[in-house]
Amino acid sequence: MPRNETITELGLDEYKYGFVTEDKPVFKAVPGLSEDIVRQISHHKEEPQWMLEFRLKALEVYYSKPMPKWGGDLSKLEDTLDEIYFYLKPQDQMERSWDDVPQEIKDTFEKLGIPEAERKALAGVGAQYESEMVYHSLKEQWEEQGVIFESIEDGLAKHPELFRQYFSTVVPTHDNKFAALNSAVWSGGSFVYIPKGVKVEIPLQAYFRVNAERMGQFERTLIICEEGAEAHYIEGCTAPVYSTDSFHSGVIEIVVKKGARFRYTTIQNWSNNMYNLVTQRALVHEEAKMEWLDGNLGSKLTMKYPSCYLVGERAHGEILSIAYAGDGQHQDTGGKVIHAAPNTTSQITSKSISKGLGRSSYRGLCKVYDGAEGAKSNVECDALLLDETSRTDTYPYIEIDENTASIGHEATVSKVGDEQLFYLMSRGLDEAEAMAMIVRGFIEPVAKELPLEYAIELNRLIELEMEGSVG
Amino acid sequence: MSEPLLSVRGLRAKVDGEDGEILRGVDLDVQRGEVHALMGPNGSGKSTLAKVIAGHPAYEVTAGEILFEGEDVLELEPDERSRAGIFLAFQYPAEIPGVSIANFLRTAVNSRLAEGEEMDVFGFQRTLTEKMEMLKMDPGFAARYVNDGFSGGEKKRNEILQMAVLRPALGVLDETDSGLDIDALKIVASGVNRLSEADEALGVLLITHYKRILNYIRPDRVHVMMAGRIAESGGASLADKLEAEGYDWLHRAVAAV
Ligand SMILES: Nc1ncnc2c1ncn2[C@@H]1O[C@H](COP(=O)(O)OP(=O)(O)O)[C@@H](O)[C@H]1O
Ligand SMILES: [Mg+2]
Repeated sequence: MPRNETITELGLDEYKYGFVTEDKPVFKAVPGLSEDIVRQISHHKEEPQWMLEFRLKALEVYYSKPMPKWGGDLSKLEDTLDEIYFYLKPQDQMERSWDDVPQEIKDTFEKLGIPEAERKALAGVGAQYESEMVYHSLKEQWEEQGVIFESIEDGLAKHPELFRQYFSTVVPTHDNKFAALNSAVWSGGSFVYIPKGVKVEIPLQAYFRVNAERMGQFERTLIICEEGAEAHYIEGCTAPVYSTDSFHSGVIEIVVKKGARFRYTTIQNWSNNMYNLVTQRALVHEEAKMEWLDGNLGSKLTMKYPSCYLVGERAHGEILSIAYAGDGQHQDTGGKVIHAAPNTTSQITSKSISKGLGRSSYRGLCKVYDGAEGAKSNVECDALLLDETSRTDTYPYIEIDENTASIGHEATVSKVGDEQLFYLMSRGLDEAEAMAMIVRGFIEPVAKELPLEYAIELNRLIELEMEGSVG
Repeated sequence: MSEPLLSVRGLRAKVDGEDGEILRGVDLDVQRGEVHALMGPNGSGKSTLAKVIAGHPAYEVTAGEILFEGEDVLELEPDERSRAGIFLAFQYPAEIPGVSIANFLRTAVNSRLAEGEEMDVFGFQRTLTEKMEMLKMDPGFAARYVNDGFSGGEKKRNEILQMAVLRPALGVLDETDSGLDIDALKIVASGVNRLSEADEALGVLLITHYKRILNYIRPDRVHVMMAGRIAESGGASLADKLEAEGYDWLHRAVAAV
């Protein structure tokens, strides 16, 4: 059992999220990062020793790496990092009251028609609601197939061998500064295991697994899809995730074994104060297929480049992404494909929309190693500017050490044209509707890959975001 | 006599922010149920007139008025004019990738209904199928993205399809005949005639610089536009004269003024 001494050590009385109950382990957080915090997280989670050591080593790596100078503007992030809480117990997170949630977020929930109970969960002020029920019946079904779908903490506790075998093998601690940070302080996320040959028909939705930890700011997800297995995992939802914290840095690791197929869909809509820096990567083996479907809305700065490491012959990787950069937001997104085996293929399709002082950047890496004969990669990135002030850039990096590889890259930038607007308006659509229709059409090639309810919500959300964007 | 469906009076217009006038005093009345042909050489201002009637924001009206069913429409936005019953079949329709014709048209139809009301999906589908059959269009066409990668002829047919579904009071058809082969021309012309038969009050302003389409759609009046003005108006026989003699005699007449 964890000890209670820590409370006194930390000075309980000053702390606004302080939380003491008689029968629960007690943890008290302070802002900022320290070795002590990392030890407490591990202690509180009752982790095995190896995980504590892993975390502590990761913290050293984090301290040793400089802030990235590329991508978005991270100059103010250091200050933010001093102020945030690196770990909050679920109970603490629920302490927040509905009254503290900003009005604009409440209004958006209202407009999206999200049920009351769900709104509270999304705003991080309540955790349980009816979908728990739905989840339970699905869970039974999955268990029969041998599928494991747990919180990452339960994954570690219940399946220690399996967990340890794969954890941090896809995204090593030293990969980048934020991967190191996540490795040190991770909390929340999912653990998924699909046994050999099992096909999971219904998407595994983190949405169902509603608990306060699911959207942790340092969430960590580990997915193993065994040989010949097939599944679709959906993370997040399109309603704005409100958090009092302004930093989110997740790590998603996926292993797709021989002949397996896996699709990972995320739609995230962060509040405007958020730095969202996520590392998501899949290791794709022989003849396996991995697809990332990634939608990014909101945040102050998002830096996110889902990647596929194609390590087995004929492995295929696909990255489809939509980014919406509203006023004052910077979406620095794209994808990475590493061809490390012969006849591997990949496709990156990126669509971005920018409005007002919003900026979207496409940043992509395509690397083909020597010996990856016959590798084929194709990149298509299209940017749509809604007005004169918004901005877009592309940074395609291509490194090819194999002369039989074939690489295609196509980038377009378009502005919503006056002639398009006039055409639609001349059929009776008002300016806002016309604008929304053009944007919907623009993202259609990616949106049509989404489950229907997500596509509908995404469209509604973009329309809401665009409200007032037309003069 | 009742007020005209469309009444253009002393209309002058230029490109917004530029100097030269394109329309230099246009007068034109179209009564309900009438078909008017507007002819004239390239660059004389026919498309500009059509777009100004529909409310294109690139143009500034410096003088004159446009009355539609007796109401001044100059202050109305293009979508308001559309919902009021003005339809423009574009000479160069815009492409809207990712938006299907069916979706686009359903949205356009719904924009005409009261807030919150929607046309029944099956009813809409029936209407669309029926109009597509009338224009001898492949049923798969409705799923294609609006004008995206269409041939010239497909674009023109798509314009008339929209007119058939939206059922305006006035159709301004800007060179809907150009780029069509003779079979396509006949189909489009018979489509327009069917719309006129179905709605006896439908007014049509048919812009063309070939007489060819007038063999299939008989105009009540023919006007000739020269350098931003209606230089000559007459009956259907005026089109024959233009066909035989070209525009030169009019150029001379205009120059003489
Ligand atoms: N948006 C515009 N910007 C600049 N010039 C224009 C524009 N629209 C029309 N014009 C000019 O006005 C004149 C008339 O054009 P238009 O109305 O298209 O003629 P028509 O349809 O009779 O061929 C032409 O000289 C054309 O170049
Ligand atoms: Mg013209």
